[in-house]
Amino acid sequence: MAFWFWHGLRNGVQSTRYPHTSESAAGVSPGHPLSTRFPSATDAARVAAACPVEAITAVDDLAQIEHKRCVYCQRCHFGGTERVHWDSSFEWTRPHSIRARYDPLPRDFSASLHIIVVDAGDCGACLNEVKQLNNPLYNMHRLGFFFTPTPRSADVLIVVGPVSENMRGPLLKTYEAMPNPKRVIAVGACAITGGVFERTFMSAGGVGSVLPVDLDVPGDPPPPLAILHGLLVVTGRKQPVPHGMLAAGALK
Amino acid sequence: MITTPISPTGRTVSSLGADVATRFGSVITLSEGPGEDTLVVVKRASALPTLCKYLFWEAGCSFGGIVAEEQKDQWNLLYLFLLPGAGWIHLRLAFPVETRTLPSISAEVHAADWYEREAEDLFGLRFEGHPRLGDFILHDQVWQEDLAPMRLAFDPRQPRLERRPNQEWRPTLVVKDPGAFAMPVGPIYDGGLGESIHFLLETVGEDVIRAVPRLFYNYRAVEKLAEGKTVSSGILLAERFAAKSAFAHSLAYCQAVERAARINVPARATRLRVILCELERLRHHAGAIEGICQSTALSVSEAQAAIIEEELLRASCVFTGHRYLFGLNTPGGLRRDFDAESCSACLAAVNRAVEQLCRLEDRLRYTSSFLDRLEDVGVITPEAALDLDLVGPIGRASGLAKDLRAICPYASYQRFRFEVPCEMEGDGYARLRILFAETKQSASLIRQAIESLRPGEICAEAIDSVTGSALGWVEAPLGTALHYVKFGEGGRIDRYRILPPSFRNWLGLHVAVEDFAFQDFPIILATFGLSATECDR
Repeated sequence: MAFWFWHGLRNGVQSTRYPHTSESAAGVSPGHPLSTRFPSATDAARVAAACPVEAITAVDDLAQIEHKRCVYCQRCHFGGTERVHWDSSFEWTRPHSIRARYDPLPRDFSASLHIIVVDAGDCGACLNEVKQLNNPLYNMHRLGFFFTPTPRSADVLIVVGPVSENMRGPLLKTYEAMPNPKRVIAVGACAITGGVFERTFMSAGGVGSVLPVDLDVPGDPPPPLAILHGLLVVTGRKQPVPHGMLAAGALK
Repeated sequence: MITTPISPTGRTVSSLGADVATRFGSVITLSEGPGEDTLVVVKRASALPTLCKYLFWEAGCSFGGIVAEEQKDQWNLLYLFLLPGAGWIHLRLAFPVETRTLPSISAEVHAADWYEREAEDLFGLRFEGHPRLGDFILHDQVWQEDLAPMRLAFDPRQPRLERRPNQEWRPTLVVKDPGAFAMPVGPIYDGGLGESIHFLLETVGEDVIRAVPRLFYNYRAVEKLAEGKTVSSGILLAERFAAKSAFAHSLAYCQAVERAARINVPARATRLRVILCELERLRHHAGAIEGICQSTALSVSEAQAAIIEEELLRASCVFTGHRYLFGLNTPGGLRRDFDAESCSACLAAVNRAVEQLCRLEDRLRYTSSFLDRLEDVGVITPEAALDLDLVGPIGRASGLAKDLRAICPYASYQRFRFEVPCEMEGDGYARLRILFAETKQSASLIRQAIESLRPGEICAEAIDSVTGSALGWVEAPLGTALHYVKFGEGGRIDRYRILPPSFRNWLGLHVAVEDFAFQDFPIILATFGLSATECDR
């Protein structure tokens, strides 16, 4: 058994330094599309029409991207001749509500945050990305974040999936069992708008129609660092991205 | 270790068809079915169970699943069978829409059990002789029993739907001994990091006497949603209902469409598809190995396997732009090409990962405390595996060396050399060894496929309107995945049926769990490595 100890030590520390320094290892994030200006309004309209989930609207020559709808099929990036800009960052957590500002949890939580995850109809990608936060390469324990099996000791509820009707009851029970103050994060396009699962008799079309949601982490799935950014925003250690800013940021 | 694929019987589908015709000539007619597969039309419903029994137990076919479909005035049920090394046989049973009763085949072909329960719950069909129909996909404490959401008249997007849940519903407990109780687990457990499943473990103290997994918490009616969609929107659902094997499922969907449209995929695309399929299998198995290490609480090995998984996710992202290989397949080929440089970078990452996995395997092999938890635990005997017709790595760990890549090749697998690892013990350790052995085969396949790449087109001409129907199949990381697509007016999808491997293998879990101690349960679950969401679809 001693050799495991030895091999563990020999691996050394492999965790990312994020958020203390930026992380730029290849493949940590698939990036995300940015609203883009095209030479003509026809080009923008063509890009918008090619989006299978209506996440792009053409406003004159600007193809405007609604990230909460985007399912990252990348057809606007790899297909066709007109391509939208693609940003390689991963800090894209934003408040769920367009009107209200996000109110972070008090300082006491900033280095001790307990998280419960509920799989409410997820395809397995978002759940696996959340799980990667425990991976030595991300190791969220170093930031004082922990997964907890019981809602009684949870401060943050991460919901993945569009909320399937069979999971609505268990999800609500989990939320109600959590003590105040608490925050809810919707992780992934499905959890925000229902994504490809829409709003049907079996899918609530997003967590927002079942629970009050505080933060959205768009993506299909968002990479682990995007979810980690979301958790840092919960405690006020990072700022959320205001609505509409990413659209403006692309207008170079 | 046995490394030969299940021996093809040497028969062709047409010779088997002739045999069926001589034996059952009065009740069947032979014809050509969807996608040039052999179709056996069953004229008398009462002959169905004997016919299925003959195909499964005597002719050596494996069972693919049941595709139920409601047409304007009749029910159309397809029973899929695969003759290893030869091809598919579809049994079709049609009867008027008012008659909702048909004989059950579960008593003859045990693997059909869950498919019949599913059809009963979603279509309201009544299978005579099936012992336990009722609460299955639509949970009775949420939905009424007679909802039948897959029927034509049902609109899944209707805003107001009357709901009459059965608040009195309680699971049926079988163990009646004094002191017997049921231990519930789930649907939210393991900090929510496990998929939503509920297990009811019946016990009188130490050992699990009976285990019933209750799935379908994640049921999102994907098959119903696909109806009326175009070919290119359908693929979004095909790759997003089960992300851990997204590429395999999107490939099965594309191959079904390609067979229905009768188009040939360019050679370069078929070889790139092999690379991507094997990359996904490798990443999936690394994740499954991590799960097994975690279940035995061997933290260092868990951490090392987790690093390998994440590095493969990153390599996938660098190679394709998506960590879970979404958005690559399209009916007719691939959406994008890869240059030689990125292919060799991908191969380097794959080789590194397999080398690390080999070292991990060596260390695990010499850790007795780890092996004690896996050896002789969760045993599925070859007889039980055959009885339930288990698929994928779980079947292969119990002597059932079925692998569609070898016995019914697709893409360009027939061009490459690989072995199908197979074990006879059927315990947790055998399943772990299969996972390790398959990762090595995947790496070798990726290398061969990259070497065989020649410049060329990556996509056939665009498919505008497709008619007819076809079956597509892929050996997904977890086993046989079948997608059946039928097109209607304007090339829109009329019926989309997904038959995932997990649906079959969940049926085998109870065999492995019974009579083992509670502390073995999470380990058995991890060695199965099944996906709930793939099954729930």
